[in-house]
Amino acid sequence: MSEIRRFQVKSLARVEGEGSLRVRVVDGTVEIAEFSIYEPPRFFEKLVRGREIREVPDIVARICGICPVAYQLTACEALEKALGITVTPDIRRLRRLLYCGEWIQSHALHVHLLHAPDFMGVESGFALAATHPDLVNRGLRLKMVGSRIMEVVGGRAVHPVNVTVGGFYRAPAAADLRGLVADLEWALAAAIDLVAEVSRFDFPGVPRDYDGVCLRPAVGYPVDNGRIVSTSGLDIDAADYDRHFSERQVPWSTALQSVMLPEEKPYLVGPLARVNLCHDRLPPAARLAAATCGLDFPLRLSSQSIVVRAIEIVAACEEALAIARSAMADISPCRIEFIQRAGAACHATEAPRGLLWHRYEIGGDGLIAGAAIVPPTSQNQGMIESDLKTMLPGVLGLDDAAATLACERVIRDYDPCISCATHFLRLTVDR
Amino acid sequence: MTAKPRLAVFKFASCDGCQLQLLDAQDRLLELAGRVQIDHFLEASSRVVPGPYDVGLVEGSITTADDVERIRDIRRQCRFLVTIGACATAGGIQALRNWGRIDDFLSAVYATPDTIAALATSTAIADHVPVDFELRGCPIDRGQLLDLLTAVLLGRKPHLPGHSVCVECKARGIVCVAVAKGVPCLGPVTQAGCGAICPAHDRECFGCFGPSESPNLVSLTGFYERRGTPRESLVRLVRSFNAAAPAFRAESDRLEASE
Repeated sequence: MSEIRRFQVKSLARVEGEGSLRVRVVDGTVEIAEFSIYEPPRFFEKLVRGREIREVPDIVARICGICPVAYQLTACEALEKALGITVTPDIRRLRRLLYCGEWIQSHALHVHLLHAPDFMGVESGFALAATHPDLVNRGLRLKMVGSRIMEVVGGRAVHPVNVTVGGFYRAPAAADLRGLVADLEWALAAAIDLVAEVSRFDFPGVPRDYDGVCLRPAVGYPVDNGRIVSTSGLDIDAADYDRHFSERQVPWSTALQSVMLPEEKPYLVGPLARVNLCHDRLPPAARLAAATCGLDFPLRLSSQSIVVRAIEIVAACEEALAIARSAMADISPCRIEFIQRAGAACHATEAPRGLLWHRYEIGGDGLIAGAAIVPPTSQNQGMIESDLKTMLPGVLGLDDAAATLACERVIRDYDPCISCATHFLRLTVDR
Repeated sequence: MTAKPRLAVFKFASCDGCQLQLLDAQDRLLELAGRVQIDHFLEASSRVVPGPYDVGLVEGSITTADDVERIRDIRRQCRFLVTIGACATAGGIQALRNWGRIDDFLSAVYATPDTIAALATSTAIADHVPVDFELRGCPIDRGQLLDLLTAVLLGRKPHLPGHSVCVECKARGIVCVAVAKGVPCLGPVTQAGCGAICPAHDRECFGCFGPSESPNLVSLTGFYERRGTPRESLVRLVRSFNAAAPAFRAESDRLEASE
């Protein structure tokens, strides 16, 4: 008589969106480890069709309340390529500042309120605030610094209103940008301390040789541009993404899963992939923090992503500080005008959770004729399942509650943004 | 000492941005966490305590058959049910599907649409159960959220405005984008609460807080049309983040029917 053991997490906690997990073990062998996304789809790629070019950044922001800027800026860059316009270096720097703000607030949220409770053995950031008030208060203040950047540059922290195709509706006041300096100086020092603290955590898991995928720009750490590279040697332009990656539908999930072609292998995107492939590109303070935190690259444990997020907060603070300090006058122009025309183009950026790829097609009437969006969590789904299958044999000796917690922790290591993952994906363009 | 009020946060189809406003309350977050008992807030805590709850905050719109059952159950468990944001209050941007055919949407995205459960429409929470308070916005305003929670805790009426963004805009001394720049703006018919941030950034209000009290949309769109804005652009303007809010829906349908 074979022994069948099942455990389920019906509603995953401390993730953005709605997901569940189903595991089936037959005679000690893991038969099923399904990370299921049951969040209902919202069909964004269809929603933008027939809309005006200028409306796209506002609409796609609503895919995710935690990383709206990633969606807005990826869309703007792709649409600008399709329209044949190039923004000024000043506009590019302000976009980078805005993106840094989003990285700081998103990473600070995940590190302190969603992820750290796992390492401290508590149920939430609220519980952690009772036992480690300094850690949580500092984390919330870090998050506030990121949100403040988004307010100053973007007009609002959740779903910024100032981002448009061609640049910004209104130039942020240079004095307001310089007003960020004091907060950012504090945040930089705080983030450096944070790296040292989280690197002393115990990191569970089975070490893996991940095939990571991220952007690698000509200079600097990957954020808003670059070629798509992988641990296994891929080096392609964003325009060639869909020749090397593909999405497939699995019956247990409303999010499509991405695989790398031709082998249809899962791959890793996000902080761990970025730091493994681009740690040589970290700005000085972040590089020093990474070099002295006691971890060796490449990192092979998903749980160590908490350290990478802290390192990336340092990097984002450093970059944001340099941009804020150098703001001497309001930029002019703040927006490059465009003439409507038909065209199509893609762009990829690094959302806090990893590679984000967009493609848009503009019709002869100047309206959006087609769109495709591949968010980071769809790309990580396959690797999350692969991680679960790898670590499960090691936790089967535990009782169900402990084994379930171990599985949940693996999923939270990825900071999955399920709301993003279900806002789908490959759209067949009617021609 | 009486027991702390029990708070629950529930999510339906949404982007998480409104829940995030609660976590973005920074210094006031921990103060709030000390004054209420957070018994169901999956995005923030693994601790889930069964209902009933004193206050339930609901984010997101109803888009599946399961959702319809779940919101009825949640209503039974909550003394006060509060919808937070444009999705819960009006169906959200995903309600644009209400003007299309769901099969077109499904087959456009999925190879095997049968495994996906989705209703033909995205609807507001109040279309399914009685709602005690609604907070507008895409996303909601943090200040309004904290005021509403404080009001419920103290047993007073929340201070939520019924007037339009136009009033906020004038109070801030912002140059009118519609009058001075000829940009069609929904400020005159949109509920206040955002601080008129879009006109403050030299752009139109796109109605993310939904209709204000007694909005006169016919008059407003007629004004813009006489000034040269094509009717199909006005349909798109009114049909966005609060497309299915009754006043906005009626106007976009009227404009479309008379195209």
